[in-house]
Amino acid sequence: MADLSVKICGVDFKNPIIPASGVFGYGREYEELFPLNKLGGIATKGTTLHLRTGNPAPRIAETPSGMLNSVGLQNPGIDHFISSELPYLLTKDLVVLANIAGSTVEECVEVAEKLESTDVHMIELNISCPNVKQGGAAFGTRCDMAAEVTRQVRKVTSKPLVVKLSPNVTSITEIAKAVEAEGADAVSLINTLLGMRIDINTRRPVLRNNVGGMSGPAVFPIAVRMVWQTANAVKIPIIGMGGVSSGKDAIELMMAGASAVQVGAAIFTDPFAPVKIIDEMNDILDSKGISSVGEIIGSVQPW
Amino acid sequence: MKYTQGQFLITKKDAVARNIYSFEISCPEVADAASPGQFVHIRANGFTLRRPISICGINKVKGTLRIVFEIRGEGTAEIAKLNKGDLIDMLAPLGHGFTTDSNFKKVILIGGGIGTPPMLPLAQFYGSKAVVISGFRNYSAAILQEDFRSAGAETILCTDDGSAGIHGLVTVPFAELAEKGGIDAVYACGPLPMLKGISGICKENNIFCQISLEERMACGIGACLGCACRTLKNDEEYFAHVCKDGPVFNAEEVLW
Repeated sequence: MADLSVKICGVDFKNPIIPASGVFGYGREYEELFPLNKLGGIATKGTTLHLRTGNPAPRIAETPSGMLNSVGLQNPGIDHFISSELPYLLTKDLVVLANIAGSTVEECVEVAEKLESTDVHMIELNISCPNVKQGGAAFGTRCDMAAEVTRQVRKVTSKPLVVKLSPNVTSITEIAKAVEAEGADAVSLINTLLGMRIDINTRRPVLRNNVGGMSGPAVFPIAVRMVWQTANAVKIPIIGMGGVSSGKDAIELMMAGASAVQVGAAIFTDPFAPVKIIDEMNDILDSKGISSVGEIIGSVQPW
Repeated sequence: MKYTQGQFLITKKDAVARNIYSFEISCPEVADAASPGQFVHIRANGFTLRRPISICGINKVKGTLRIVFEIRGEGTAEIAKLNKGDLIDMLAPLGHGFTTDSNFKKVILIGGGIGTPPMLPLAQFYGSKAVVISGFRNYSAAILQEDFRSAGAETILCTDDGSAGIHGLVTVPFAELAEKGGIDAVYACGPLPMLKGISGICKENNIFCQISLEERMACGIGACLGCACRTLKNDEEYFAHVCKDGPVFNAEEVLW
């Protein structure tokens, strides 16, 4: 048994596997299948100040080795999260990353303020949702905006602050450096890539929102590249994600520089994916005689 | 157990019409937990997303489920390649099914095309108290008529081209039955315009009506919020989710 534990921003994870925000709700539906305490952590559904109804359907489309979604941050609002979801999750012996989002800097700040008096372990500030008209990716695709929202949220929270970055940018390392400079404790990447499908019979986009975020195995090499580039650009830890669907993928992303790994679309294919990935990582490390997963973080030997 | 995921043995495969297949699947735990109107979420080899397929038969004694599905695209084509003796990967049983009541004296089950299979478990529940109206493109696309009759239900067949049964839409014979009265409940699954028409007739005649909807879906269990459906909840518009709040909704809750 390899030691799978990792420490990020002073927070101990029993293993580095975290279901990504948006695929896993607040965990309850998957608890019917396996105990949540098998997971290193959970990134909860992106939560805004007030209830959001999200985008009209269809919100989902299949793509080669992946999928598109345009859910549009449907969520019950931060007060409901704090009163009805968070206390339950905090009893489950895993790290809770509260994923938060907003249409304005002020909204992000207000949501973070509300979490300050809770026992949530980490905040994951989503500046990269491609499916909302205001905020979301608008913050994540401009260095000045990414810096500003990070600076303002940093002022009101003492929680470890993870900023979730968009891949839909010219240089993800510039954005990462900008949020690091404003006090982000870690970055998580990559959010989904903006994509589109068209039904050739109706000439209508498959998604009612026309465009949506692409995820799944097809984006994995992009995630590896961006994690690697970011690891070379910042000193803060990286939580990697994007198309991870096996223990081998998770180890690859950690070698690129990730200290932990989020799992998204793979859970739709196999709801047990996070648990299987943990087991597979352990087997791979054992077979290579590596005693601790920490040893592989950033261990890629580039040419 | 509410639902589980696993590999289950296909014990029977039949081609029931062009591009429409029937599987019998041995899954005692799932069959035991399943109820009419629920669905199974099937992994298609090589695809990211599972495919939701409604349950067409529940045999709790044999421990089997039956599904009848149409090849609609690449994913269902992949599932259709499976044969008797193969394992099928299912997350099941899922969703909120039909509300049944053994006190009902007369119910109408309405299926449009591949929306017909989820009506069979209801026909088996209600037996001779059920009238099944089903509509298809043509004679060769008509499925399950013998199964409905074996369950004791009366069948009314409609085809778009008049090659069998009544020439026209299911809403025509249904409207006639609705006017005669004495109907305790209507259950329907099929294309949206059909469901909308049936809901309207039920509203006019003050008949309890439940409809089964479909939508592009990811998780299948209510976590990802992908399969949104506009509904009324406490008089407010709300995006419910077909996988968890549905697939069966009270018709009056659905905003068209």
